[in-house]
Amino acid sequence: MEKFNKVTSTAVPLPNEDIDTDQIIPARFLKATDRKGFGDNLFRDWRYNGDQSLKTNFPLNNVRFSGEILVSGRNFGCGSSREHAAWALYDYGFRVIVSSFFADIFKGNALNNGLLPVQVSDDFLAELLLTIETDPSTEITVNLETQTISYDSHSASFDVNSYKKECLINGYDDIDYLVNIKSEIEAYEASSITI
Amino acid sequence: MGKTLFEKVWDAHIVKELDGGNEVIYIDRHLIHEVTSPQAFEELRRRNLPLFRKEKMVATPDHNIPTINQHLPIQEALSKHQVDTLLSNCEEFNVELFGLGHPNQGIVHVIGPELGITLPGRTMVCGDSHTSTHGAFGAIAFGIGTSQVAQVMATQCLLQSRPKTMRITINGELKNGVLAKDVILYVISKLTAAGGTGYFVEYAGSAITSLSMEGRMTICNMSIEMGARGGMIAPDQTTFEYIEGREYAPKGAEFDKALAYWKSLKSDEDARFDQEYEYDASDIAPMLTYGTNPGMGIKITDNIPLSLGNGSQDSFDKSLKYMGFTPGESLMGKSISHVFIGSCTNSRIEDLRIVAEFVKGKKKSDHVNALIVPGSKQVEKQAKEEGIDKILEEAGFTLREPGCSACLAMNEDKIPDGAYCVSTSNRNFEGRQGQGSRTLLASPLVAAVTAIEGKIVDITKHLN
Repeated sequence: MEKFNKVTSTAVPLPNEDIDTDQIIPARFLKATDRKGFGDNLFRDWRYNGDQSLKTNFPLNNVRFSGEILVSGRNFGCGSSREHAAWALYDYGFRVIVSSFFADIFKGNALNNGLLPVQVSDDFLAELLLTIETDPSTEITVNLETQTISYDSHSASFDVNSYKKECLINGYDDIDYLVNIKSEIEAYEASSITI
Repeated sequence: MGKTLFEKVWDAHIVKELDGGNEVIYIDRHLIHEVTSPQAFEELRRRNLPLFRKEKMVATPDHNIPTINQHLPIQEALSKHQVDTLLSNCEEFNVELFGLGHPNQGIVHVIGPELGITLPGRTMVCGDSHTSTHGAFGAIAFGIGTSQVAQVMATQCLLQSRPKTMRITINGELKNGVLAKDVILYVISKLTAAGGTGYFVEYAGSAITSLSMEGRMTICNMSIEMGARGGMIAPDQTTFEYIEGREYAPKGAEFDKALAYWKSLKSDEDARFDQEYEYDASDIAPMLTYGTNPGMGIKITDNIPLSLGNGSQDSFDKSLKYMGFTPGESLMGKSISHVFIGSCTNSRIEDLRIVAEFVKGKKKSDHVNALIVPGSKQVEKQAKEEGIDKILEEAGFTLREPGCSACLAMNEDKIPDGAYCVSTSNRNFEGRQGQGSRTLLASPLVAAVTAIEGKIVDITKHLN
């Protein structure tokens, strides 16, 4: 996993609530057997018309908006466990998703792929969305070390699991940790009562 | 203080506790399928790691397979490649596989229970969010991403932060025509699509314990649709009778030993939950969703609300616009062109029996296209033994071959752009059943009545 420390970027606003993983990456694009290229199909059916022309009113297609930060409505990433959703967002170029609420499995998948979910209050989110709409050149800084998100004169702190924070900053994967405690896993197996 | 069912099972699986509330949890059984496993096998190869406990894994293709002519090679090249990759990975790593045509093949969440792989007190995972289904047996079961699939392959463990606990109690008797699916759609409509996020749910009360295992699986299956990591029901005599004699279940003295342990798996009287909800079974009616998340459900005879109390009006309006509905309108009499009966939510033998019993001697509406897809080869076989396939045929339906099918439309079973589908599956997201498809989630009984009538009706007036 790539190391994550600090991102300063403009942002793309996507105010819809309850954005599910079928919108992030529709199931028909899950037929790949590798992790590459999912960004092309990120939000496929919201970005493209049936004839493959661009839907110009969709924020990702709007030339006013760009950047490594996606700012979205509450309950982002609900639905399926497909990690392809996190791969697609990362492959497209996003490094941070800001929302006022994240679905559990998506949040875990994002953290396992160097994509930082930043949960802010509903008020902070509403203000941020309005600011980006009004001035798309607004730069937002997300600092993982200090757990702060700031733009203009606004700033807020966000929570992140202390272990996952360390993983992100150092680029560690859970699998590295687990493989290293194999003797403890075997000891557990020897003493386990479950079937 | 006593422990909840969840805490009893979770605590029995802690390998190691870390700072910051994280725990290493041991996983007893790992189910895999063709869509979320190839990159995990690739990760093992890339890191040169062996598969740690192959005997704790079972594989089957289900998401991306045709539901007709399964004896022939898969036509679509990418799908064929993905299913072939599962086969070659299972061969390379020596994983037990129930491939296409195997008598144990089926939707991963249907075959786990019917083979006796799903047992009370076990921890189970799969790269699929509906793994929550297995919680119906008093197991802790939840969906994981592909990075975690690789972790379980390599170590049989996962790093987890402990979820909060919630109990949903439903007491009383369910009314005629109200099925488990209506119960869970009702609960999600109350709690919203995010109301369970951060929690592991236990379902309790007389309306839950009176359900069959099939009904309990339908309830636990949709726990994820309110954001919960999983759902559980304490095992009881119904559970034990279901398990006994199944292919992979413990036998003889092993069964008796297991049974003694399973009987301890219930929440203590003085156990505390972080959140509790109670509902009255008599308030639950046949349900239908009208929007684009499973929390947007109403009693079938109610009008669509004007807004959602706690969500943004803009998102609500967009959702209704997608569905072609207007706030405040009734769905009664709406013409329906498609019906899907299947998925890990409702494709078990009991579901097919309910459908067959209703459609027997009737005829499918001419303008309805119906897909009826059994959850597994075993369900298909049993349905044929009971003559359900013949009853369906006489009523104008066809029983297809097992798979996930039009629940997520990865294969050819798609609902056309703009068409309405009354579906027994679990998600009504935009385009879930095909680009532009419009899904109305319902019970198998509501789906069967809709297929006969060709429109939405008050099913309580049509019961046999």
